[in-house]
Amino acid sequence: MRIQRINHPKNTDTVKDQPDLSLMEGLLQQYKNKKGNLIPLLQGTQDIYGYLPREAFYRIHEVTGLALNEMYGVATFYAQFRLVPAGKHIVKMCHGTACHVQSVTAITDEILDTLQIKDGETTSDGLFTVETVACLGCCSLAPVMMIGDETYGKLTPKQAVKIIREIRRSENN
Amino acid sequence: MGLGSCGIAAGASKTFREFQRIIDSDKLDIELKKTSCVGMCYKEPLVEVIDDTGRYLYGEVDIPRVDEIIDKHIRKFTPIADYIVQSDKIKAADQAFFDGQVKISLRNCGHIDPESIEEYEERDGYQAIRKIADSHMDPDKVIQAVLDSGLRGRGGGGFPTGMKWKFARNNQSERKYVICNADEGDPGAFMDRSILEGDPHGVLEGMIICGFAIGASEGYIYCRAEYPLAIKRLNIAIRQAREKGYLGKDVFGISGFDFDIIIKEGAGAFVCGEETALIASIEGARGMPRRRPPFPAESGLCKSPTNINNVETFINIPWIIYHGPAAYAQYGTEKSKGTKVFALTGKIRHGGLVEVPMGISIKDVIHKLGGGIVDDKKFKAVQLGGPSGGCIPEHLGHTQVDYDSVNATGAIMGSGGLVVMDESTCVVDIARFFLDFTQKESCGKCTFCRLGTKRMLEILTRITEGEGKEGDIEMLEDLAETIKDSSLCGLGQTAPNPVLTTIKYFRDEYEAHIRDKKCPAISCKKLLTYTVIDENCTGCMACIKGCPVDAIEGEKKQVHKIIQDLCIQCGVCFTRCKFEAIKVS
Repeated sequence: MRIQRINHPKNTDTVKDQPDLSLMEGLLQQYKNKKGNLIPLLQGTQDIYGYLPREAFYRIHEVTGLALNEMYGVATFYAQFRLVPAGKHIVKMCHGTACHVQSVTAITDEILDTLQIKDGETTSDGLFTVETVACLGCCSLAPVMMIGDETYGKLTPKQAVKIIREIRRSENN
Repeated sequence: MGLGSCGIAAGASKTFREFQRIIDSDKLDIELKKTSCVGMCYKEPLVEVIDDTGRYLYGEVDIPRVDEIIDKHIRKFTPIADYIVQSDKIKAADQAFFDGQVKISLRNCGHIDPESIEEYEERDGYQAIRKIADSHMDPDKVIQAVLDSGLRGRGGGGFPTGMKWKFARNNQSERKYVICNADEGDPGAFMDRSILEGDPHGVLEGMIICGFAIGASEGYIYCRAEYPLAIKRLNIAIRQAREKGYLGKDVFGISGFDFDIIIKEGAGAFVCGEETALIASIEGARGMPRRRPPFPAESGLCKSPTNINNVETFINIPWIIYHGPAAYAQYGTEKSKGTKVFALTGKIRHGGLVEVPMGISIKDVIHKLGGGIVDDKKFKAVQLGGPSGGCIPEHLGHTQVDYDSVNATGAIMGSGGLVVMDESTCVVDIARFFLDFTQKESCGKCTFCRLGTKRMLEILTRITEGEGKEGDIEMLEDLAETIKDSSLCGLGQTAPNPVLTTIKYFRDEYEAHIRDKKCPAISCKKLLTYTVIDENCTGCMACIKGCPVDAIEGEKKQVHKIIQDLCIQCGVCFTRCKFEAIKVS
């Protein structure tokens, strides 16, 4: 079980002000009385806010009557859901089998070292969140990382760090 | 031009735009079409040029090559032999990758535009269900055909598909469901993604036929959210099928047969590949497996009879019905009929997707189709079946690929992920890697799976860090057997397989880690020793500056020395050294 994900420390610096709950209304109306609506509701909420804000759980509960404990249970079960906001760029490091035998671990270590964070954490400037994921499905390009929708293949630790530095530089300008 | 996820990752979108730009600006008489992946991932991006003389498949087409192909092939009619990987006119070096393949599941991948229902229909698409409608085949006959073909579930279990359908058909109920399991979660397997991206209508047709056979009116595709392109193309395909009346009421004129398909996105849980967990997830709950029986064929989604097959199983169905079961059963071995798609990855030269008849030997797959091992290193073992499977060592390379022969080695066929390892891959580390995966993905319901995998992982981690103790191997074996016996679902029952098979075939490597504190494959970091090769050292101080613990001493232009007592085996000196003066042993 992914215990560490549930006990994830709250990074209070990056938590924004109260989320605008009115953004959820369309979603709530769409799924209100549908069977098996819990997961699509949470997925939709995360699409809006980038994570699942605490207030959103209460709002879903008010409108649909779904139990809070059930929602929390589902939100912590599936790897897709996050309870704290992520950085602007989500760096997904593929730790699938093929990437593993091509030494992706060394690359991940190098990136985490550069950004001064641990796996799953967000940098203090809110720019990067680094996550290790099971398999991105482009095994023949191993080792692979994905930043946003862009996939980078056949990486070396040096190249990977260079890519991160370039993004940071263009963000700072 | 191949635009599957793998191709896009390799830069195919940029290549596609470049072709488009040149074609538009120079007003060339070329029709640029999108297809999906032909499985030749190691040569992506791939572009096939079809002209009056024949078909030419170009590999590794980056932007400079686009100009060259346009210039030489298109304008001057001279194909560039050096870049061609397959052709019906020229003998290309990579032809061996395609020789020996029999494409049934992948029949349309890379040949049609997956976003066009017309192109699917041009290649006998929706002809199988039409055949059923036109010849008034009754559901029992359809099931008999699937039984006769010998098709077994391609998701890993290998249960005869026709039997499964029969059970679902025989259970009477007002509502029945068909579910397509597209929650392909095995690290190292991507055939389902490729099929969904390359031939979505084929999967839909398979599901429609299944719906007709068992008497269901609703179908679900449970697809990983990590496959956005597959979901997008499925959505397009479903919309097109509805517009043509292939989904809806009285489909294909079969009166009383209503069928529609809905996509459900998975939310990232490996255990949801297990059928009862998958059903729980569709119902909106935590994806935790439950006890069977009752099997889904009796009481599945919303307590109604449900038939679940995986993507690769469904894609075979239209072909079997259209060409007849005998055509399918001519391939394969006595008990495993037909073909199987494998995802070749790891230390193999030609990584990608191959579809081969059952019964081919593992060696042939690796050496003939896969082109052998990268850098001509020695083939050590292959991991078959992902985290539920096991290692098959080099000396069993003659093993036939069929369900029963593979099971006899202690591995399983699984979904068909085939990860090749060479002499530099440490099997203890691989076992640790898979256990780490299953430990994280365990849903936590059964104590033995939840805690047992955790304890096994701790022991394996200790061994790879040089803290192994006498008795660890026996403890691992004991835990493994208990977890296998006491877990409810396939995840727990198979989770110890990678450990058990590696102990069975590579016990000496485990012993080397524990007793000699050495990693024979020179892979486990904590067990390595770094020393300076005096002859190569130029005294450039790069390693000294990089060492985080000041464990290297020496003056400029003098040979450096690593102080072993201080060294933490981080490997920085090795990566920093430009003169190959650091020896790892």
